[in-house]
Amino acid sequence: MIASILLKRLGMAAVTLFGVAIIVFLLLRVVPGDPIAMMIGPGAGANEIADLRARYGLDQPFIDQFGIWLSGILHGDFGTSISLHRNVLGLLMERLPATLELALAALLVAVSLGLALAVIGTLLRRSPGGSLLDAMNGLALAVPDFVWALAFVLVLGVLWPIFPLSGRMDPTLSIPFHTNFHLLESLVTFRFGIATDIAAHMVMPTLALALPLAAVIARILKEALCAAMLEDYVLVARVKGLTEARLVVGEALRNAVGPTLALTGVQFTFLFGGTVIVERIFAYPGIGNMAIDAVINRDQPLIQGLVLAFGALFILVNLAVDISVVALNPRLEDG
Amino acid sequence: MSAELLRITHLSAVSRASRLPVLRDVSLEVGRAEVHGLVGESGAGKSTIAKAVLGILPQGISLTKGSIALGGRDLLALGSHERRRLLGAEVALIPQDPLTALNPGRRIEAQLTDGLVLWRGLSRRDAKRRALALLNEVQMREPERVLRAFPHELSGGMRQRVLIAAAFALEPTLIIADEPTTALDVTVQKQILRLIRAMQARHGTGVVFVTHDLGVVAQICDRATLLYMGKVMEEGSVEELLSSPHHPYTKALMAACPRYDRPGRGLEPIPEAVLAACRNEVAAFDGSLAND
Amino acid sequence: MAEQASALGSAATPSRRRVDTLAALLHEPKVIGGGGFILFLVLAALLAPLISPHDPLEQDLMSGALPPVGFAGAQAGFPIGTDDLGRDVLSRLIYGTRVALTVAFVAATLAAVLGTALGLLAGYFGKLTDGVISRLIEIWMAFPPVLLSILIVAIMGAGVASVITAIAIIDWTRFARVVRAETMAQAKADYVTAARVIGFSRFTILLREILPNIAPLLVALLTLEMGIAVIVEAILSFVGLSVSSDTPTWGGMIAQGRQTIYQAWWVFAAPLAALFATVLAFNQLGDGLRRALDPAMRR
Repeated sequence: MIASILLKRLGMAAVTLFGVAIIVFLLLRVVPGDPIAMMIGPGAGANEIADLRARYGLDQPFIDQFGIWLSGILHGDFGTSISLHRNVLGLLMERLPATLELALAALLVAVSLGLALAVIGTLLRRSPGGSLLDAMNGLALAVPDFVWALAFVLVLGVLWPIFPLSGRMDPTLSIPFHTNFHLLESLVTFRFGIATDIAAHMVMPTLALALPLAAVIARILKEALCAAMLEDYVLVARVKGLTEARLVVGEALRNAVGPTLALTGVQFTFLFGGTVIVERIFAYPGIGNMAIDAVINRDQPLIQGLVLAFGALFILVNLAVDISVVALNPRLEDG
Repeated sequence: MSAELLRITHLSAVSRASRLPVLRDVSLEVGRAEVHGLVGESGAGKSTIAKAVLGILPQGISLTKGSIALGGRDLLALGSHERRRLLGAEVALIPQDPLTALNPGRRIEAQLTDGLVLWRGLSRRDAKRRALALLNEVQMREPERVLRAFPHELSGGMRQRVLIAAAFALEPTLIIADEPTTALDVTVQKQILRLIRAMQARHGTGVVFVTHDLGVVAQICDRATLLYMGKVMEEGSVEELLSSPHHPYTKALMAACPRYDRPGRGLEPIPEAVLAACRNEVAAFDGSLAND
Repeated sequence: MAEQASALGSAATPSRRRVDTLAALLHEPKVIGGGGFILFLVLAALLAPLISPHDPLEQDLMSGALPPVGFAGAQAGFPIGTDDLGRDVLSRLIYGTRVALTVAFVAATLAAVLGTALGLLAGYFGKLTDGVISRLIEIWMAFPPVLLSILIVAIMGAGVASVITAIAIIDWTRFARVVRAETMAQAKADYVTAARVIGFSRFTILLREILPNIAPLLVALLTLEMGIAVIVEAILSFVGLSVSSDTPTWGGMIAQGRQTIYQAWWVFAAPLAALFATVLAFNQLGDGLRRALDPAMRR
């Protein structure tokens, strides 16, 4: 059952990705502002411009350009960045791990925090403490990652500086890494000093990304938990003499997670979208940060590669969520 | 050391929202190995009594008077932790709807062994063995497979058997059966009733059997209490109630039952006169309270 | 005729229904609080030249980086202080509401119209229409929104129009998804079948029957979208891609304030606070509207 879902979704994913590719390709051809002219200084001859244009294939009709680009993609060649003069795929591979670490950390924080708050909120649901928690959650729901990030810059970066404000690592530390998954690698190789430094740099951007999602998870999971607590099987379990905490976590939770995931799953993809501005604010060297510059510089190959990368990430996360929802519900598995 | 297992004295309750009485001075006793029927139509208060004993009264209903004693110990006077312990280990519930009474997300084994591990201190392995024995006792085919299954994989009858097994698992002194056959097919009902009776006899458990069905009372109960509008109308041994009922409500109830030995007579609803008399009785009771 | 009216499910006395709704609205605390603040902002935006203590563009290097009133070195004429070029923060803040609210109202409405139209079509006509539109929605959502908005503004050039277009183009999916789901649910309702039997065309049913029933939901989503639009505009001006750098925007102020955050943190904090308060107000307003307008949730 899971396999057939996987196959069907992969097929749809391919179509979606193709659609993304076409749209971004078309959008970029509408761009005013000639990237070539931006690269070359004033006073360049028409010949030089024409040469460069030919080199980047910008002198050919759209369909041909798209065909060339598409076949290149399928062979693993994403073209060369016009602004950074490097292979696009190489650039992506270099920067992607940092963003992945950030997004995954944010996901972990969001889920743990949301879960904890939902369980506590359910246990307190009849008391004033629960109402207070609800109200605070409601406030937190209104704050987007952009505002959290800036607030952290102000409070934790400037007024009470605990954490570093920018970058991924202390620049004075120069230990060679084999991969670009700096955090994971340093943990796995027991270099905890470095890991701590990297983690410290990640605290604020991770929280900025995680808190909006945590608020959503807390709200929806709590509603699902409270609904489950009204079910007959919880009553039967209560008669067995189980404590309230055990009822919430042992009986209600497993039935509340599935529906919550189905409702909130799409928001997981927003984590990646959020990295664009959050990475910028904290000068974190991931693909989000690179994307802004790429757009400002009209770097078509790089933009195309980045959009495809984000699109692929979006699809993968959706796929993972869909599979998890099915896996969590024993009734769906039997088909 | 009192002889009876459960003694409810002068239990009264009101609905918080409407301020109307839900239970009116209910008293009853259940013996150690007795099957006691709690009979009445919907809203008569029988479920409320059951929930009061189990400590799961809904928020909207509060007890105003009376006591509930289990094996001599006043349940209402216990602290919540003590009450949870006592009820968890000594009292069990056979719920009404097998469809919703089992947690759809947990396997049967987990739901059968909860209480055993928690209150009897059994290891997981011993608890599993006991669960298998119980499933055999309720005549479940392929007990191993059932243990591993999720509730939605079992039929309604099988699920009810699991619930019965779970009820008897800790050898409780008292079991509350809340209309356990209402949600089942008629063909399955009889089997389940027989099963409950057999297990009750084997384990010597006292049972409070909540039902609106006199046929069930006739089949399985030793004694019974009849309720109307939260007030006890009549109580006694089932033999007496069936053969020579005293209260007009009881008589009318008997007459309303279709019976094989009176094929000519149709279903006869309870006469309005009888109901009016009952309502007057209740009103008189309420009035006497107000005068106190 | 009377049977037709009741079969269609429309209120027999629409004016009475509107009065009831209005009363419910005005009693909901979130509507009062959120709506009140937004109203205050609208007034500030409209009366900006009258209530601003200074010209927002006026630089006075002699009064640079003055702290807000209450801190040492402040001047009464600059209640929230000045930035390093001597521009009054409060005045710039007030003028910033103009851009924020313009973008909020126009962009959100455009997104709502576009998204609702497509959502209605997809939900009601189903099959191929739904297939195409759903596919489109999914492709659209695969773009990171901020990136797409930056891209569109970069394409169209800086300015309020491009910001508004960008937001509308990106966020229509939010409306489309919800409207589509609601429409599909409503389309199965008996009153719709009754209308079809009577002979109303599908478009008429869509506009006259289903749309009014979705209206409360739409209103709530609209206010939510306005809050989002304010944020997107702030992000764009933070990155330097919104209106020209002369016009004060909250995002632009935040970006500039960031440069001097250690010396003059108030230049950064004030617009951030304004942004937060505005988004919160829209959020509460939307919440309150949803509660007041949804008959199912009304007590």
